[in-house]
Amino acid sequence: MKTPLKYPPFKIILALLCGMMSFVPISSAEDEAAYDPAANLEQLKSSLDGASAEDKVAIESQISTLEYAISNEIPLSSGFTDDGAGSASILEGYLGISGGVGTEYEYGADFFTVSMLWTVIAAALVFLMHLGFATLESGLCQQKNVVNVLFKNVFIISIGVVTYALIGFNTHYPLGDWSGGIEGWLKLGSPLNTLDDTGAETFGGADLSYGPGVGLCMTGLGDFIFQAMFAATGATIVSGAVAERVKLTSFMIFAVVFVGLAYPIAGSWHWGGGVLAGMDFKDFAGSTVVHAFGGFGALACVLVLGPRKGKYQSDGTIKPIPPHSFPLAAIGVFLLMFGWYGFNGGSVLSADPGPLGLVFTTTTLAAATGALGAIATSWIMMKKPDLSMGLNGILAGLVGITANADVVSVGDSLLIGLIAGGIVVVSIIAFDKAKIDDPVGAISVHGVCGIWGTIAVSIFGDGFSMATQIKGALLVSAFAFVFAYAVFYVLKVTIGVRVSEEEEDRGLDICEHGQEAYGE
Amino acid sequence: MKLIKAIIKPFKLEEVKEALSEIGVEGMTVSEVKGFGRQKGHTEIYRGSEYTVDFLPKVKVEIVVSDELVSKTVDAVSGAAKTGKIGDGKVFVIPVEDAIRIRTGENGEEAL
Repeated sequence: MKTPLKYPPFKIILALLCGMMSFVPISSAEDEAAYDPAANLEQLKSSLDGASAEDKVAIESQISTLEYAISNEIPLSSGFTDDGAGSASILEGYLGISGGVGTEYEYGADFFTVSMLWTVIAAALVFLMHLGFATLESGLCQQKNVVNVLFKNVFIISIGVVTYALIGFNTHYPLGDWSGGIEGWLKLGSPLNTLDDTGAETFGGADLSYGPGVGLCMTGLGDFIFQAMFAATGATIVSGAVAERVKLTSFMIFAVVFVGLAYPIAGSWHWGGGVLAGMDFKDFAGSTVVHAFGGFGALACVLVLGPRKGKYQSDGTIKPIPPHSFPLAAIGVFLLMFGWYGFNGGSVLSADPGPLGLVFTTTTLAAATGALGAIATSWIMMKKPDLSMGLNGILAGLVGITANADVVSVGDSLLIGLIAGGIVVVSIIAFDKAKIDDPVGAISVHGVCGIWGTIAVSIFGDGFSMATQIKGALLVSAFAFVFAYAVFYVLKVTIGVRVSEEEEDRGLDICEHGQEAYGE
Repeated sequence: MKLIKAIIKPFKLEEVKEALSEIGVEGMTVSEVKGFGRQKGHTEIYRGSEYTVDFLPKVKVEIVVSDELVSKTVDAVSGAAKTGKIGDGKVFVIPVEDAIRIRTGENGEEAL
């Protein structure tokens, strides 16, 4: 639900609801009367008489805590009883916890600041995923192509954020104005230019007091930078699938239009309030609009490009091209998982403790069972435990949970990851059998498991329509596929998309860059 | 003077070096090579597809010694490098025309 709450009637209703909420104390089942801090304070003070020396120390600390809370007008739902039992410390992290397991928290002061802080940290974590992609892709390719892979990764993150600033952000969030051209959708200059240079302005939501769902809990630039980091991940998914034989300039041109135009267009249909949002399509952090988008774009490019030389022999056997560095690949996957905490965690779009804890938990568990599922499947199918499958399994689990991390339970996330781990192995083997050469398994991890994650929303979440999920997933995947195919095909017949056979033999590092990855 | 060229299993290098030290041979050149003789390669598997690796990692040790030391050197190397299993390697003895110490210009057996 990433639509900025711009529409005035909605804002008013929301503000009214929140106003009403502040009068309803959130309390445990035992509380009958509303909590009165002043009375509690009196009670504590009178209990000082006759208390032992060490009890006095504890009571005095409780008194000063309560006085601080009262003088700073921090809302409390319960306080300290006279024997100190039954309450956790009120001011821990400015949240009130009024009882034992099962009671609810309440929001403390400064929710906006904390939410904004978390958002920018999450943006940095998503950026770290590019480091993960760089190491994973270079680890899985041959040594003679490492410079080329890294160069593509440097280019993608750069062009990704720049095009997002120039045109992507606005196209992604037209804020209800779908007319094309300079003033509407696909508008150059974007809402970014309407924000002033202090960085203090926000999009929508005038009431910045604490509480989730009141406006967007971050500044406009915070929103921008978080989304900008997502944008480049679409093209980087493609870069892994086309590695080791794609022509650099063709790929760079493709990346510019894929990230600059196709990604925000597809995203606008859901997070930008377009046709998918109207259908109640649910994609929490982008299993469809980021991962399936990238995965099926990758499939299109690989079909146009063709496999690496010598991979598929004329007698039907597959000649594997093993990675040059498993350590780099493993480091890459762990970095990607680390960054995913920002990818999914930041998609909560605030520091709301409930969803945040849930999302971190489901994300982690799905990654874990993703690995286990892939390990088990590949071990059974291939008789030996394959490290690259285990690594792909972690990513498959993560992609699978990305659409539904905030609406499924702990048990659900274990299953979602496990199934994703099984799916990805079967998919990788199947694509290889179909002679579709994908050096890093991007099509299977992102495309196929992205669709799985989207459908899993309706299987494990409550109140989601499977038909809608399938429709949405297919719409975005088909769009990505057709767009990528068209662009790449045009490039193929004009400037070509593939290096020559000799260049592929010698390695792209020497031929395209004149550099070696590991010098003397 | 003779060049003793030995192809051995990589993990035997330390033992061979010590055995040579014991008989008074201190200098040697070592390189990492690949090869096979009658020992077959092994099979590796990646993403479900198998492939054979024929060339196995080996270590080449080269020592130039005076003629009197040749048989002692060959015995020392062979004894240290032997495991009794296939793939232990081979030792070759090749005549050397001359040897020169670069720092001083000495040649012949004085350069060894």
